[in-house]
Amino acid sequence: MMSLRVPAPSSFNLQRFNEKRWRLGRDCFLSFSPSCVENRTGLIAVRAAKSEMTAFTAAEEETLPEGLQPELMPKHVAVIMDGNGRWAKNQGLQPWDGHRAGVEALREIVELCGKWGIQVLTVFAFSTDNWIRPKIEIDFLLSLFERTLKSELETLAKNNVRISIIGDSSKLPKSLLKVINEVEEVTKNNTRLQLIVAVGYSGKYDVLQACRGIAQRVKDGEIDVEEIDEELIEQELETNVTVFPYPDLLIRTSGELRVSNFLLWQLAYTELFFAQELWPDFGRNGFVEALMSFQQRQRRFGGRKS
Amino acid sequence: MSGGVSQLLEQIHMFSRRCLFRVISMGPLPIHLAFIMDGNRRYAKKLGLEDGSGHKAGFSALMTMLQYCYELGIKYVTIYAFSIDNFRRKPEEVQSLMDLMLVKIKSLLDKESIVHEYGIRVYFIGNLGLLSDQVRAAAEEVMKATAENCRVVLLVCVAYNSTDEIVQAVKRSCMNNKADRDGERRIQLVDIEENMQMSVAPEPDILIRSSGETRLSNFLLWQTGSSQLFSPGALWPEIGLRHLVWAILNFQRSHSYLEKRKKQF
Repeated sequence: MMSLRVPAPSSFNLQRFNEKRWRLGRDCFLSFSPSCVENRTGLIAVRAAKSEMTAFTAAEEETLPEGLQPELMPKHVAVIMDGNGRWAKNQGLQPWDGHRAGVEALREIVELCGKWGIQVLTVFAFSTDNWIRPKIEIDFLLSLFERTLKSELETLAKNNVRISIIGDSSKLPKSLLKVINEVEEVTKNNTRLQLIVAVGYSGKYDVLQACRGIAQRVKDGEIDVEEIDEELIEQELETNVTVFPYPDLLIRTSGELRVSNFLLWQLAYTELFFAQELWPDFGRNGFVEALMSFQQRQRRFGGRKS
Repeated sequence: MSGGVSQLLEQIHMFSRRCLFRVISMGPLPIHLAFIMDGNRRYAKKLGLEDGSGHKAGFSALMTMLQYCYELGIKYVTIYAFSIDNFRRKPEEVQSLMDLMLVKIKSLLDKESIVHEYGIRVYFIGNLGLLSDQVRAAAEEVMKATAENCRVVLLVCVAYNSTDEIVQAVKRSCMNNKADRDGERRIQLVDIEENMQMSVAPEPDILIRSSGETRLSNFLLWQTGSSQLFSPGALWPEIGLRHLVWAILNFQRSHSYLEKRKKQF
């Protein structure tokens, strides 16, 4: 929901996609080909604030768009929903309208994940770095998050979606914590899609809290320092709420080419996809493009494809 | 005659490069560049060469990159030479890589080598215990021999994995925490960071991965949270000046906006 960093107004499209992949012209390094992604923003008005997510049941399971193969679908997709603030500015609106539009965009992606068999979707809602933002914006975001959770609970439960919240909850308001606990409890047995929302989270924070947990266990004599290994750390990370803690694909919108400390350990072998569109414009088309790019990649995990 | 012409062309090339660098240096420059040198074997296959020559061509490309970084005044350069995951490759390939590394590491000890010419301090980062005694001994010798150099710092990640680096740092932090008299003190971020092998350098400003793959492959996960990522399609031996310049220009564009935004808050 939040724009995490100021994206540079880059006209360099470094998005990696298929044979239309933009790459440096060999002749002149100062030439750059135009964006291979059509600008499909047009002028999208802010969608109605209270549109409900349409129910998706097994009976209505949508077939995958042409070009996508079911056996190559990622199990876990992570998304950095960047660009709400800039989107609002481009439309001449207030930042909070951008965040509301961001929620709509998220609804669409959650629905598609459920329909297309993606099992885990992790979204970066609020980073530990974002606490420096103006209080008015933070208060708005957290209250938007609380309202959205409350209003969507029924739909998510009906659609068999499980919600998990990860991150440092110590700075969150009590009312939000109450709603979070309720939502996690009500949806904990759902199996179709697990939606992990990272609030007050960062990759370094996650490793730190894992380290603290392990240090305590060492102090208590439960484990020996020599027993500390990758598996132990994985168990202590907050992403242990899912059986697939490692995203296969990470999507970042708004053209910014960095990970911004969202997930760290878990991104060791994740395929990264950088989309030019701002988050509210990302939608189904952007998602299909990202999935197609993912399906074309050769993942070797350090080994060799013989 | 042709020797004279090629020498002249080389001079012209160097002169224009110096001018270009002078222009680029008017904007902010990265302090630390990291490279994932991917695509050596694909390069050899593409040119129909025998297997080992891709890595040799890759080494030459690396030397050229180091020269450009030195000329631009970039202080830290980190390279991903060999991952712990790479040990899973065919034994012949692993052995030939180890042999090549031994030769190249030893060559750094020559008086005329690039490390002495440019005043490069070399660190070998990784689980060096996984290397053969010969390679490890050569690496330690180079680290010792270059310890006084201070113009450029080259960090060579060999037998390295970011998750392995983090595990070692967590282990050390836990050991220190256990031995700590003040039992109430919680481990802080800075405790883990100072126990990281890469703590000898600041975080990379730009991470460049050649061959078009856009993933981190367990390289510097901790340190690249804020790094600009750049993945040119060129295979590593094909990497050249234009890719470096492109990456830096991109860095400069986003850098000015980030600075402005930081001041806003």
